[in-house]
Amino acid sequence: MLIRHAPNIAPSEITDYQLYLNRRSFLIGMAALALTPITSTAVAAPPAGTPLPARRSEQFTLEDPLTSIENITTYNNFWEFGPNKDDPARLAHLLKPRPWTVQIDGLVARPRRYDIEELLRLFPMEERVYRLRCVEGWSMVIPWIGYPLASLIKRLEPTSKARFVEFTSLLDSAQFPGQRKSLFSVSSLDWPYVEGLRLDEALHPLTLLTFGLYGQVLPNQDGAPVRIVVPWKYGFKSAKAIVRIRFVSEQLKTTWEKAAPSEYGFYSNVNPTVDHPRWSQATERRIGEFRRRKTLMFNGYAEQVAALYAGMDLRRNF
Amino acid sequence: MSRRACISLKSVVWGIALSPLLLLLYRFLTNGLGANPISYATNLLGDTTLRLLLASLALTPLRILLGISWQMSLRRLLGLFAFFYACLHFTVWIAVDHFFEWGELIPDIVKRPYITVGMLALTLLTPLAVTSTSGMAKRLGGRNWRQLHRLVYLIGLLGVLHYLWLVKKGVNDPYLYAAILAVLLGIRLWDWARREGWLGRPAWFRGGYSPARAADDMRGD
Ligand code: HEM
Repeated sequence: MLIRHAPNIAPSEITDYQLYLNRRSFLIGMAALALTPITSTAVAAPPAGTPLPARRSEQFTLEDPLTSIENITTYNNFWEFGPNKDDPARLAHLLKPRPWTVQIDGLVARPRRYDIEELLRLFPMEERVYRLRCVEGWSMVIPWIGYPLASLIKRLEPTSKARFVEFTSLLDSAQFPGQRKSLFSVSSLDWPYVEGLRLDEALHPLTLLTFGLYGQVLPNQDGAPVRIVVPWKYGFKSAKAIVRIRFVSEQLKTTWEKAAPSEYGFYSNVNPTVDHPRWSQATERRIGEFRRRKTLMFNGYAEQVAALYAGMDLRRNF
Repeated sequence: MSRRACISLKSVVWGIALSPLLLLLYRFLTNGLGANPISYATNLLGDTTLRLLLASLALTPLRILLGISWQMSLRRLLGLFAFFYACLHFTVWIAVDHFFEWGELIPDIVKRPYITVGMLALTLLTPLAVTSTSGMAKRLGGRNWRQLHRLVYLIGLLGVLHYLWLVKKGVNDPYLYAAILAVLLGIRLWDWARREGWLGRPAWFRGGYSPARAADDMRGD
């Protein structure tokens, strides 16, 4: 089934995110009256499917038919849950996206810690339809909801020494079974998951700080409660379940770079002319389609981002 | 084993060996192959090939360890099913995944080590499948036939290597298959060294002899 637009879910059917927030603060208020010391662990996460209102962006949209929400929420690479495509959907209930804070530090004028609710309300939400190209050779078209990461970064005022941004995902093997070590884990990633962008990439208007998709808050298996989306890079560059954003002066080593330096570079821009050492990147299978299609340079965003890499050898800086 | 027992044993193995294919057909007909049906089919068929290959390699170790030999009659069946699934796995890759785009397929066979070793494994399996009949075994002569069919050890290694080389870091299944293969080949090696008289024979082991093995041993002693 091809769905052209995010469905309009009647507000009467599901609790609106604002309503959910109001009701929650009411409940917390009541609880505060009843029990004097109230811990933040009393905060409940918005139930799956809670609507997240957003204005549809005319500028950042695509003609491509959307991938179904079912496929977007059942076919995931999220190694923290496990390496199989169905592990994230199966184990998503273990992740608790509330309470949640994001630590901002490093080379920044205003280091601080944001509560997720505050971060959500910092800037108006936009819905943007982006292509997502996985390094494994499949792709999707997803209506994300969020605001430009640049808006947040400008408010934080990185210092003149800041040249890279590091994103750290949650480390907690109780919520992320893929982080558990067992007798049989011969091969595993270095946790927590760390990703990075050059500051100008992070400031690019396409880079989205993302809180939802398909009109709803992010499902846990898609990186709740907050992730980035960098549509011209392979999917693994878009860090999920972010707990820390740090500004640094030197290029950092990302998780996949540490795991296999010859296979995953820092840039990892979608590039049909530079193969992964073990498979070709010339074509991809769009989920929901039968025949492979040609992969586009920078995942079809060359016009917007090619200038970032002017003069660079993309074969060496893969 | 009685003829009746033999037939029911083989029917059970047919049922088990065909079940992944039936599962695939059922999921295909009920739209249950998930978001990426082609990848699902490729992986299910590849997994089944490797499992059947290892199952066929497990029969001799059972004889060595337990002294039972009724399972030996399943060797040909399991081997042929492994070949059958390898062919399906390969066909899906060519015909469904890449839709006969030879410009993509040929470079992959040459350039991608995991495809190269998979291809080599399938190529080596073919003569074993062709010579699996009793008639062919007779025509080749027992000794030649046995030597030719020792290729299956190499095929097992190539199958595991194929899997090890295609997965990303953090996937542990190939190591499990590698460990199983190491055990199955290790038992043979140990048995061989023991028969060559390089190892002492532990007392607890005495019970586990097959008549054929006992005859071998008498000659050895
Ligand atoms: C005896 C021969 C073979 C065995 C035992 C075998 C086994 C396997 C196994 C176990 C997998 C992984 C399944 C999983 O991830 O769950 C696999 C995947 C795969 N095999 Fe094979 N295979 C064989 C031959 C071949 C041949 C001849 C080709 C093609 C020329 C091939 C191409 C592939 C491909 C494309 C994948 C999927 C890789 C991916 O998911 O990206 N295999 N095979």
